[in-house]
Amino acid sequence: MLKMNHLSKVYRTHLIETHALRDFSIHVREGEFVAVTGPSGSGKTTFLNIAGLLEEFSGGEFWVDGVDVRGMNDDQRSRLRNEKIGFIFQGFNLIPDLNLFDNVDVPLRYRGFSAADRKRRIEETLSRVGLASRMKHYPAELSGGQQQRVAIARALAGSPRLLLADEPTGNLDSLMARGVMELLEEINRQGTTIIMVTHDPELAARAQRNVHVIDGQVTDFDAEPQLRVPAGNDAAVALA
Amino acid sequence: MFTYYLQLGFHSLKRNPLLTALMIFGIALGIGTSMTSLSVFYLMGSDPIPWKSDKLHAVQLDNWSKEEPYRTPNEPPDQVTYLEAKALMEAGKADLQAAMYKVVWPLQPDNAEIKPFSSLGRATFKDFFAMFEPPFKYGNPWDAAQDNEHARVTVVSSALNEKLFGGQDSTGKKVRLNEIEYTIVGVLDKWQPRVKYYDLTNGAFNDSEEYYVPFTTAIELQTRPSGNNSCWESSKPGWDGYLASDCVWIQFWVQLNSQAREDEYMAFLNNYVNEQKKLGRFARPLNNRLPDVNEWIEAQGVVSGDAQIQVGLSFAFLIVCLVNTIGLLLAKFMRKSSEIGLRRALGATRGQLFTQHLVEAGVIGISGGLIGLVLTWLGLMAVRGLYADLYNVARLDWVMVLTAIGLSITAAVLAGLFPTWKACQITPAVQLKTQ
Repeated sequence: MLKMNHLSKVYRTHLIETHALRDFSIHVREGEFVAVTGPSGSGKTTFLNIAGLLEEFSGGEFWVDGVDVRGMNDDQRSRLRNEKIGFIFQGFNLIPDLNLFDNVDVPLRYRGFSAADRKRRIEETLSRVGLASRMKHYPAELSGGQQQRVAIARALAGSPRLLLADEPTGNLDSLMARGVMELLEEINRQGTTIIMVTHDPELAARAQRNVHVIDGQVTDFDAEPQLRVPAGNDAAVALA
Repeated sequence: MFTYYLQLGFHSLKRNPLLTALMIFGIALGIGTSMTSLSVFYLMGSDPIPWKSDKLHAVQLDNWSKEEPYRTPNEPPDQVTYLEAKALMEAGKADLQAAMYKVVWPLQPDNAEIKPFSSLGRATFKDFFAMFEPPFKYGNPWDAAQDNEHARVTVVSSALNEKLFGGQDSTGKKVRLNEIEYTIVGVLDKWQPRVKYYDLTNGAFNDSEEYYVPFTTAIELQTRPSGNNSCWESSKPGWDGYLASDCVWIQFWVQLNSQAREDEYMAFLNNYVNEQKKLGRFARPLNNRLPDVNEWIEAQGVVSGDAQIQVGLSFAFLIVCLVNTIGLLLAKFMRKSSEIGLRRALGATRGQLFTQHLVEAGVIGISGGLIGLVLTWLGLMAVRGLYADLYNVARLDWVMVLTAIGLSITAAVLAGLFPTWKACQITPAVQLKTQ
């Protein structure tokens, strides 16, 4: 589903170079639930942003669902992101003056679905996160846990193959965090690949596989079988 | 997607009502100011008779002093002498032709309840009506025989007919002008050319006349012109001396239905002047002209330099308003940077966000434009109140309405370009983390 080979990301100013990721290699298979852990500033979020095609990388190779993203322009990356990737953020990132229906509608609008299809998808995903009855409510009228559920519904509405979650429970109390985590596990059981960045070892432990990042490099990872080479790439690659 | 962008645009306007109101009012003020001056400017200079303005020509013959031109650098007089008017009318070489001049006579109504009053009229020939096409409500113009017979006939305006006869069909009735009775042969419908192009020497924006009488009748009655009269040497005493003088006081218009006819008529004028030279008149080199309506309006400086400067200043003010709007839009869009980052993360391309924000700027432009139209209307009302001579041109026509809306949208979109471009440069990842 997602494969990075010797990926690097360098932030440059006229004075200094900062290597946020170096020789970063990872392979996440379809249907996996991977937790990415590491101290602050280790490069977890940079990895997630590059994985979500929100940032460009400086070197190496990167495939999403078999698609080589090197050389893609901004529009192509936006379309790929819209079709295949869903995001869940620590701060929920709902648009405050849109109601739940319209918030979930945002990615579907850019996808070009018909009005009827959009309505069906919104109602289905809001039902799935238990908020179908509150479609016309605004984010401020919901608890943090409910807002995160809306964010999850928004991420799922376009049926993405890959869900990227950046500290999805970071702003929630333990009870709400448990509820969100259970929801993510259920989504994963239904076939969606999930990569979750977290500081919380308990949450990381619930993932199928853990990747530990320090100083922009993968330093520790759970064992995995020999990986298949993505479509269109003939070279056999030894992965992390 | 366009309707979605429109919805978002309206939504965004409601989000920051004060900021939105400032932007809309800024554009409205700029549009109101610029459109007020542009409307007056446009109507001052616009073609008052577009369907035939290229066929109507003022006649200019240079009978002025040998020592100096009528107007520098070498302009011929704006009007003609009686001698030339008579000769040209008798020659009848144009498709239509009319000499004319302004008269002001006292009008003595039969109705004792209406006191006599001074009334503006025009002495002319029957072709005046065919050339300038004032609409008739009742009756017709007088005919050529009545011109030749110096008949006591008149065509009255709609306003005068309303005043004297309550708007009824008054053809056949009498009206007393300067103690002489005239039979009404025609009543005009409302007619007020925006620019009174057929007699610019007596005020480009004056009201149209209350009555029209045959030129020959006015001459027979020895009616001196109430309008502009220019002489480069003193005329001999008496009415006949005045008619035989080189004083110019008659406007002369011809209708020439083709370029060939125009060329023929110019050749005729040149021949005429050359013949007059042999008689010791027309001391200056040949300098005859046949400007059409629009050339005439331009040559007579109907649109003054002051009006042009005023339009320039008002557009400079619009630019100041736009710069202000650019600043406010920039602030507004930068405040939305987290939402822009989020939309990028959710799959919006830069192009889609660019369009979305331009539509939002357009919504502001349309709103500003509509309010600007109201301000324009108020501005034109103020102009009409302050400057009576601009009453007929201080109007808002549909061309100006469309121009105002187009200008406001263009202005707002131009104002929105930089803020929109700036907003689209936002790196989504940064905004998502900092929200």
